[in-house]
Amino acid sequence: MINVIETKNLVKKFGDFCAVDDLSLNIEEGKITALLGPNGAGKTTTIQMMLDIITPTSGEIRIFGKPMHENREEILSQLNFSSPYVQLPGNLTVMENLKTFARLYGVKDIKKRIEELADYFEIRNLLKKMTSSLSTGQLTRVNLTKAFLNEPKLLLLDEATASLDPDIADKTRKVLKKIQKERNVSILYTSHNMIEIEELCDKVIFINNGKLREEGTPEELIKRFGHKDLNEVFLEIAREDDK
Amino acid sequence: MDLFFWPVVDILTWGFLTVYLQKVSLNGLNIASTLLGAITFWLIIQMFQNAAAVTFLEDVWEKNFLNIFVAPVKVSEFLTATAILALIRIFLVMIVISIVSMFLYRYSIFSVGIYFAPFIAILMLFAFSIALFNMSIILRYGTSAQTLAFGLIFIFQPFSAVFYPVSALPAIVHPISYLLPSTYVFEGMRQLINFGTVTSSDIYYGLILSLCYVVLMIIFFSRMFARVRIEGRLLKMDS
Repeated sequence: MINVIETKNLVKKFGDFCAVDDLSLNIEEGKITALLGPNGAGKTTTIQMMLDIITPTSGEIRIFGKPMHENREEILSQLNFSSPYVQLPGNLTVMENLKTFARLYGVKDIKKRIEELADYFEIRNLLKKMTSSLSTGQLTRVNLTKAFLNEPKLLLLDEATASLDPDIADKTRKVLKKIQKERNVSILYTSHNMIEIEELCDKVIFINNGKLREEGTPEELIKRFGHKDLNEVFLEIAREDDK
Repeated sequence: MDLFFWPVVDILTWGFLTVYLQKVSLNGLNIASTLLGAITFWLIIQMFQNAAAVTFLEDVWEKNFLNIFVAPVKVSEFLTATAILALIRIFLVMIVISIVSMFLYRYSIFSVGIYFAPFIAILMLFAFSIALFNMSIILRYGTSAQTLAFGLIFIFQPFSAVFYPVSALPAIVHPISYLLPSTYVFEGMRQLINFGTVTSSDIYYGLILSLCYVVLMIIFFSRMFARVRIEGRLLKMDS
């Protein structure tokens, strides 16, 4: 079992508030792993530390076996990220945006790569449109296209299907699953949709109040907690600390 | 702050100019060329600073800043790209203002001859250092500080002796003036237009000062960037 991400005793404090508290977790290569927890659990902070956007207070992060901070550019060139909280410039066309990011990642044969991904994510008819004119669903597909430009070994998807209607969300998940299997991409996925997590993810890691609470496959966790679905497992873990 | 800032800067600038014009004899001085040259070179420094700061702000406004720093882009590459983009923009502006100046006033911004290159270099380096300072403050405090991007440069205008010599300023302000690289450009420009000479040491001082400011501001930006990453503020810059 090879781990693409390893965190060891990871801590992040903002003043007196401890957002991530001694978190040690491993993300396996070639799997889709969900990072779950209630709002304020520390998921986004953890992902941002993995992306070297936030500096940890203490602890270690290794990606592809290398310390993140010392090998930043090398590691970032092999991973990608998508989130509804980050947008592409609206005053450029979709093609212009994708070309810009392809150049930032040093992608060779940019036009061919974009066209290949455009077919995959069904955005060919959007390439000449201004990014600001796209609907939420279209933007999500464009963001995912951008996330696959550099043929990443690792993808961090922070609520990638948030705000999508069930039809588009289902199509997006199917495409993600297909492309992940074909290219053996490791994915770290966050979502508040437990049905989606059960359908998509090989492994689930629950965190709350910055600490690791549970981990296992969706089936293992459902059986362990004696519930009928992952949603009820989530509720029990999320409310554990309230007690 | 906007309500008071612009009137105060205008009063300072035009007030000092008025005092200068009252004191000086205009015989033998080419006032028209001096003022046109001053406005032209001031526009260059102002537009370059704006271009660099706005390039940065556009990524913040579009919530694209994080996308760039999740890509394998170094801070040095980002700053270099910002400077190059500002250079391209200012080059286009210079073409337009050259044509307008020549057409309307028969004034050429190249009338300073071989000193054009060092003058422009000093102004652009100084403008870039101000833009770096602005970007650093916006990084740290978010877009609530973005007024600086458009306004800070004007604080330097009265003290850069743009439209009048340093001697027109109160003596107590002279040391501040001579700490600004732009002062050497405008003093040199006036000297060249009216007397046909430039003191070489002024060019050197201007260049060295502007390079020092650029280096200082690069260090300042790097420190602010590191601090923002510790505080987790990169995702909150649009607040």
